[in-house]
Amino acid sequence: MNAIESLKHFIPELVLLGGAFAALTLDFFVKQKKLVGEFCLLVLVLALCLAKIPAKPMSLFFGMFELDTFTYFFRCIALTATGITLLLAMGYTPLRNRYEGEFYGMFLFMAFALITVAAANNLLMIFLGVEFVSLLSYLLVGFLKNDPKSKEAAIKYLLFGSVCSAIMLYGMSLLFGATGSLELKVIGDALFTASLKPLAATAVLFFFVGLGFKISMAPFHMWAPDVYEGAPTPVTAFLTVAPKALGFAVLTRVLDLAFWHFQGVWSPVLVILSILTMTIGNITAVSQTNIKRFLAYSSIAQAGYILMGLAVFSVLGRDAVLIYLLAYLFSNLGAFAVVTFVGEQTGSDSLDAYTGLASRSPAAAALLMVFLLSLAGIPPLAGFLGKYYVFAAAIKAHFITLAIVGTINSVIAAYYYFRIIRIMYLAPATAPALGAPSRTLTLALWAMLAGVLALGMFPSFFITRILG
Amino acid sequence: MIAIPLQHILIFSLLLFAIGLYGALVRRNIIGILISIELMVNASNINLIAFSKYTSLSPETGQIFALFVIALAATAAAVGLAIVLALYRIRKTVQADEVHLLKW
Repeated sequence: MNAIESLKHFIPELVLLGGAFAALTLDFFVKQKKLVGEFCLLVLVLALCLAKIPAKPMSLFFGMFELDTFTYFFRCIALTATGITLLLAMGYTPLRNRYEGEFYGMFLFMAFALITVAAANNLLMIFLGVEFVSLLSYLLVGFLKNDPKSKEAAIKYLLFGSVCSAIMLYGMSLLFGATGSLELKVIGDALFTASLKPLAATAVLFFFVGLGFKISMAPFHMWAPDVYEGAPTPVTAFLTVAPKALGFAVLTRVLDLAFWHFQGVWSPVLVILSILTMTIGNITAVSQTNIKRFLAYSSIAQAGYILMGLAVFSVLGRDAVLIYLLAYLFSNLGAFAVVTFVGEQTGSDSLDAYTGLASRSPAAAALLMVFLLSLAGIPPLAGFLGKYYVFAAAIKAHFITLAIVGTINSVIAAYYYFRIIRIMYLAPATAPALGAPSRTLTLALWAMLAGVLALGMFPSFFITRILG
Repeated sequence: MIAIPLQHILIFSLLLFAIGLYGALVRRNIIGILISIELMVNASNINLIAFSKYTSLSPETGQIFALFVIALAATAAAVGLAIVLALYRIRKTVQADEVHLLKW
């Protein structure tokens, strides 16, 4: 489809881009920076309303932008995650300075970048999209101007990220040389006909480095705890969910279109990496004393579970990835919403701030408990559905070892999630009671609670919509 | 004019990539690490251009890719140096091993 025809299917993205520039301009003229945030939220809602499920897959802009149900799903994930993050950010005090407006504007660019990544089916677009997301993430992580931790997190993220994407780029250049094309489909066909097994294996490994960094897959997870601890809490919430989800989207597309012929080569590698990721994440999470760092390790472990679905790579496995990502979006953003609230009220992210939370702020404690139980995969919450699908996919494809290791890991995970719940409910309160959350934060909390409960209790509604 | 064989260019780019990776892993100065990363990116650029000249079905795609990569490398350098500068203002250091507030 040529550029002019494509534009009418590209309206949500155009709204986002226009909105982002408008927000930056608006930032010059308004004193009340919260207005910019509200404007950005409005743009996101508008984009979400304008996005329609495509009836059949379309290749927009001469095949540079693939619009299908897969893209649509990740478009919704990206817009929801960005919207909730904006809600969290609007109640976040450390941001209250003259740069606040730019912060909101950058999130609209981020939403646009994430959608481009989801729709990329061309090496050039994948590289551009992934770099776009990365550059914005570096800036957002280092946004707190006078906070040394935030700056340190940004520099670590920048160095790790640039090395990993440079390695991925080298893999792409080799792939281009071997197949003579940048289109994933053409690459897949060329790799099928020619006997280029060693080269395909090398290229796959290079892709795993670049995208494994984005999804915090071991052994490329080192940056995650530091960055998640140092970044402003709303940004942490965003980074644990959206770029990770989109990393999985690209990985699925690349493996599906370009390397499907070599499943025998990369599937065992992914199985090992998946086991490594969840084990490292879970074991290290047990001894954490900072809630952000704790959730960072838990999110590494969650990436391990999602990788299970990808390692299996059956139709069921891919569906499992999508469902797990949706459940993870609700649970993790919800947990971080509570962390933002408690951090705001007590000025601390250490676990000590949570002792006796049940008597100091019953609603916050109850909500955090629901989100943690969902992350642990307890029915009838959203996380259970995701775990169920992932394990079902592994067992159905006879990846029994993977399923057993996953189960053992779930038990370890349940232990440390319950540890937080024990601190909140059984330890006596030592600090004063907390105040009421801001209105935007309340909205975010209830929206995520609704998501967790709805996905857990009425799964069929979501499953039929996601899987078509 | 004698054309340089493809193999030579590939070996050159591999060497450049290895030097960049080595530098990124062992350097202590953050600016040095950023420069090493530029070397890695440029090694890929050489690959892209060489392949588009010798083997590609449509040579222009590789060249366009290389142009985009150059632009992105410039953007990444701008963002990277801005963050390094902000770090220096607060911590008065650009040595990677002296930046260790965040630890497990």
